[in-house]
Amino acid sequence: MDDLYREVIIEHYKHPGYRGHLDPHDVQFADSNPLCGDHIEITLRTDHQGHVADARFDGRGCAISQASADLLMEAIIGKPIEEIKQLNRQDILDMLGIDLGPVRLKCALLSLKVLKAGVYGLGEASDSLVE
Amino acid sequence: MLDVNEIRKDFPIFQRETKPGTRLIYLDSTATSQKPLLVIEAMDAYYRRSNANIHRGVHMLAEEATSLYEEARVKIARFINAPSAHQVIYTRNTTESINLVAYSWARANLKSGDLVILTEMEHHSNLVPWQILQAERGIELGFIPVTEDGLLDLDEYKTLLSRGPKLVSFTHMSNVLGTINPAAEIIRLAHEAGAVTLVDAAQSVPHLKVDVQALGTDFLAFSAHKMCGPTGIGVLYGKMELLEAMPPFLGGGDMIKEVKLRSFRTNALPYKFEAGTPAIAEAVGFGAAVDYLSSLGMDAIAAHEHEITEYALERLEEIPGVNVFGPSAQHKGGVAAFTLDGVHPHDVAQILDQDGIAVRAGHHCAQPLHEKFGLPATSRASFYLYNTKEEVDLLVSGIYKVKELFG
Repeated sequence: MDDLYREVIIEHYKHPGYRGHLDPHDVQFADSNPLCGDHIEITLRTDHQGHVADARFDGRGCAISQASADLLMEAIIGKPIEEIKQLNRQDILDMLGIDLGPVRLKCALLSLKVLKAGVYGLGEASDSLVE
Repeated sequence: MLDVNEIRKDFPIFQRETKPGTRLIYLDSTATSQKPLLVIEAMDAYYRRSNANIHRGVHMLAEEATSLYEEARVKIARFINAPSAHQVIYTRNTTESINLVAYSWARANLKSGDLVILTEMEHHSNLVPWQILQAERGIELGFIPVTEDGLLDLDEYKTLLSRGPKLVSFTHMSNVLGTINPAAEIIRLAHEAGAVTLVDAAQSVPHLKVDVQALGTDFLAFSAHKMCGPTGIGVLYGKMELLEAMPPFLGGGDMIKEVKLRSFRTNALPYKFEAGTPAIAEAVGFGAAVDYLSSLGMDAIAAHEHEITEYALERLEEIPGVNVFGPSAQHKGGVAAFTLDGVHPHDVAQILDQDGIAVRAGHHCAQPLHEKFGLPATSRASFYLYNTKEEVDLLVSGIYKVKELFG
């Protein structure tokens, strides 16, 4: 099977380590990809130094969107919020270890878009956050 | 019966491999059909030999381009049995045809509180224009419900009709469920209730014999690109007296008889609705597509698709975890929208794509219909005159592969 469905992606899709919802939380944001109905909610807790103490995602959608959300949660725990603000499209592609066409890229980047809209405290998630 | 192996030779794209050794299995004709060589060549020849602007110059090429453009219109009129080619208005596509009715006829004829009946299985193109009008004019929208087995609930339709609708606008064939709606009956009932009718025939004209006079509809809309023709051109058919009474839609050249600084007089039909330089090469290609389909016979095409669809439904339903939406093959065109338990439709489509199998995944521009069935998306395989049972078999083995991967 093609690289797109590398074992790591199927594994994170089927057995996510960070699926859930943190309550209480310091950051919460959710958004959908209207084209395919992928939906991601992210909740974060931060510590006094401005680091991510814990992170969870919830939602539904394709393997790419859900696996990338799980990998992203894993990657940001313990990281300073300021560092998270710098994450971009290439970081997600590196985590997934694949190249994606324009349609599936939207699936892969949904979780980053939601995360950045949350940490910036924006009212709406925009595609420019992940360009 | 169609000789599908011969037909496939007419389509250059089927010589293409998606990667070395993997041939293209194209199961997405509901989105757009592939194009036979004679359509491609007709457009190529037009640009090589006859290109000029139409209805203007008197030079040889202008005359030739005008003739080609108008001959195509006559072919299309004959194809749908329109009484006159003047009732065949070129548009960009089905969507623009529906918008033409919404902007011209409806704005001249509908006022606040007037009821427009649609159905729950409409494509966004037959929902949004009316929602825009609802916001602008305060018209009311009523919806014929879709039953669990994917048919229109005609009893509910009759109840809606008792409220005196002004327009009934509905799809002849659903692009998701494949349901072929009883258009003649829906139109007859609408007329008895005093309503005007508009048929979204984007999915029916390419696949079935559609006769606008037998249907008796007031308006009918379709696109070339779903019926072996090019993108960028479609048709609005309308009854003469309605089209004549309608105000123009887009203003500009070609739609006028006379222009002064502060006034204009509109041109005759169909030009009244064809402002600006149209898609001339596309009209020529559209005419060639209609010739192609006519030479094969729409009844033979429909019979072939029915056979493939019946076979596909049977094979798909055998796969554990697969759910196919819509009615039985008897009421259905060549569309099979399905879900596979535990796997998102995008993943299904993407994995099939790796074996050269093109299916569509998403809500297929029918989001309300998907919501009704509680689904964010489905995968959709659709069939046309060039598809074979062998391709259905490859689809089925592809789905088994998906199951294995996600198992």
